[in-house]
Amino acid sequence: MQAEHVDIAQFLSDHAPFDDLPEEAVNKLASQVEISYFRVGTQILNYGEDIADLYVIRTGAVEMYRRDGELYNRLTVGGIFGQMGLLMNRKVRFPAKALEDTLVYCINVELFNQYCDEYDVFADFFEADGNVRLHQAVVEQADSNDLTTAKVKSLLHRDVVTVAKDASVQMVAQLMTQESVSSVLVTDADKPISDDPDDDDGQVVGIITDRDLRTSVIANGLSYEAPAAQIMQTDLVLLDSNAYVFEAVLAMLRDNIHHLPVVVKKKPIGVISQSDILRYESQSSLLLVRGILAQQSVEDLAHYARQLPNVFVRMVNEDANSHMIGTAMAVIGRTFKQRLLDLAEEKFGPPPVPYCFIALGSMARDEQLIVTDQDNAIILDNGFNEELHDEYFQNLADFVCDGLAECGYKYCEGEIMASFKKWRLTREQWQEQFADWMAEPKPQALLHSSIFFDLDGVYGKNKWADELKRFIATEGRKNKRFLANLASNARNRTPPLGFFKDFVLEHNGQHKRSMNLKRRGTAPLSDVIRVHALAIGSRKQNSFERLEDIIDAKLLPEGKAQDLRDALEYIAMVRIRHQAWQIEKLDEAPDNDLEPHLLSPFEQRNLKEAFAILDKAQNFLKFRYSANSGMK
Amino acid sequence: MAKQGAKLDWPSRYQQQLKVSKQPLIQEFYSSAINDLSMPISDVPMVALDFETTGLNFDGDDIVSVGLVPFNSKRIFCKYSKHWIVQPRQKLAEESIVIHGITHSEVSEAPDFSSIMEPLLSALNGKVIVVHFAPIERHFLYQALQARLGEGLEFAVIDTLDLETRALKAKQGILGRLFNSKLDSVRLADSRIRYSLPAYQNHNALNDAIATAELLQAQLAYHYRSDTPLGELLI
Repeated sequence: MQAEHVDIAQFLSDHAPFDDLPEEAVNKLASQVEISYFRVGTQILNYGEDIADLYVIRTGAVEMYRRDGELYNRLTVGGIFGQMGLLMNRKVRFPAKALEDTLVYCINVELFNQYCDEYDVFADFFEADGNVRLHQAVVEQADSNDLTTAKVKSLLHRDVVTVAKDASVQMVAQLMTQESVSSVLVTDADKPISDDPDDDDGQVVGIITDRDLRTSVIANGLSYEAPAAQIMQTDLVLLDSNAYVFEAVLAMLRDNIHHLPVVVKKKPIGVISQSDILRYESQSSLLLVRGILAQQSVEDLAHYARQLPNVFVRMVNEDANSHMIGTAMAVIGRTFKQRLLDLAEEKFGPPPVPYCFIALGSMARDEQLIVTDQDNAIILDNGFNEELHDEYFQNLADFVCDGLAECGYKYCEGEIMASFKKWRLTREQWQEQFADWMAEPKPQALLHSSIFFDLDGVYGKNKWADELKRFIATEGRKNKRFLANLASNARNRTPPLGFFKDFVLEHNGQHKRSMNLKRRGTAPLSDVIRVHALAIGSRKQNSFERLEDIIDAKLLPEGKAQDLRDALEYIAMVRIRHQAWQIEKLDEAPDNDLEPHLLSPFEQRNLKEAFAILDKAQNFLKFRYSANSGMK
Repeated sequence: MAKQGAKLDWPSRYQQQLKVSKQPLIQEFYSSAINDLSMPISDVPMVALDFETTGLNFDGDDIVSVGLVPFNSKRIFCKYSKHWIVQPRQKLAEESIVIHGITHSEVSEAPDFSSIMEPLLSALNGKVIVVHFAPIERHFLYQALQARLGEGLEFAVIDTLDLETRALKAKQGILGRLFNSKLDSVRLADSRIRYSLPAYQNHNALNDAIATAELLQAQLAYHYRSDTPLGELLI
């Protein structure tokens, strides 16, 4: 090609990575660039807006910021920016501003991708080495977003204030005034600390807030000498200090509370109030949760549920990570169930015996996305009498499952729903059922394992769900044969690595085929993680939290659990963005089928690497949990 | 911003010319011209145009090369740039060769201007022409078309030299004008330095067209709001 744009070509060939390109490739780039001038102080890129070019600084200087305004990078002549946005989802990740009068050359994304494909030196320049790459993609994504990374502990700015349960209410009020707090935790020094790792309230027995002093003491003319225990609220919802701010907000909404004690290993370290987190509350998902509880009929709920896709898309656009989105979607799903159960109890009267409605599978794992089946069951009181009580629970379950279907949660094809009698069992029967599944791992039982072994209480006696989790955690780890079978089962769904081989070959052709990101990506990853989690007796349900336990237990070789976490996050985010894109851009029903040619070369490489990690993890299961080693 | 004296009513002028024109190429230019002088400059499609000539003598000299690049206030589109060398009817002077870097052999193999009239005009149609120092492009394009079609072309331009003069006068202020202080140079290369634009090595028509487009973007960024009406900039 004749060099028409000699000056531009000359400039490019003096700077990396263009200096490694053949001359004709540089000339071609030079003839295709777009040029743009920015006066000192003007914004070049705004966070979150669409980006379609790689930017090369011809003259001047550019500053790039993180979302919180922290300086990320400062670039001058020959500097390149915008690649992060092109690499991820074509949205600006780091806002850029002209620090001096600046002239930039813009290379559009099609050309950029084409050069990455054709010239390895070019692609390599934009990528970190080997395994670091995927991790970086995940980390950089997290870095650019404060909602994801903000943990509740970051909101605690003072020590916790506690009083003994026999302190007088006047002392409580004096202490609160002196410490300028709106709540105190009440402790009982005689309370034995539970050795159950999941009971994290330690010696805290209640909480007293400003409001309690007003409503319980003053309004009732209570004596100032009355003990704190008399006015405290005992229904405590505690939060682990590692929880996201976001989860705190959801917990407050879910239980309609204003103060959340934060604990670390059974020791309270502080209380966060709604006002502490008000500034974080911009998420429409929270409003949705509040709205669900206000709906008065199944029809209203079904109508209300139509907003769900928009909320999902907004969260994706707000750069929530997959854990947050999964949690929010699960909380929303949970709230629908709770509201439906409220309505059912209004309709059919109070339950004849206590029960617990449980969620199973992805919802219990907090990994639910927008496309989901309803998997649920009921734990009944041991005093359940089939003749007397079954009709009530049949009606209740039908009402809830039908209602959920109207709200967009499809009926479970595998019939794992509370409306089927076989999944309404008493506490004892459930324990027997799980014991049976673990002792005799028949194919059917193993099929159930990926659904039933992830469970969470939704409504009623949620402690019974915790009891079952405890039972599974204690029994599962002892049973080597069960683990071996579970491990072998977790290797059934293989990652679509062959797809990428073909994909490379078909490079210029049409790609009609797609890969299912759930069935061959996130689901088998969750399966692998579940095996490890059961092996160490973890009671966590969420895959990321299970991985934390797995890391703590040092079960896997150094770095392997972290690789799994990165792989899961990456595949989950590709899946989430794919669904958001279907809803937002195509206005079609979201699914899990991705056509890989829609991804950039970077995304393809990262995805392939994530699948390779899954492949290795599945192979690792084979020798880690072989039935033979279990016999020893 | 200091306004120029009485302005030509370009939309009416184009209409008049359209009525008397007999050449489809020229008619097409007039009928596609932007007539809305209130259009915000940020919406205006433009094309920067530059000629290299055998000299500056309006009577004897002729066009040697033509460079153009379409752009707007945000982006300059190199992909759609054009660069032609044509055979002047006047012999190329040695000093022009030094300036333009065009050799005798390139010129002797080049076609006549008539072969580029059509692609040139179609690149200009529907866009506002931007030049640095309007008399050159106005005169030589009129003359070249007149010689071949028997009809010249009149056109409105945004002249970056004119805008630079306005900006410098505004900066000079009334006192400066009273004391008749000397204005800084408004030559293309000198003007560009004021906006920290890079110095280009090769002075061919295409490079100068791009340089002009960049200069206008910089002038707009410095001296005009993005909603400035087109009419305020045209001469």
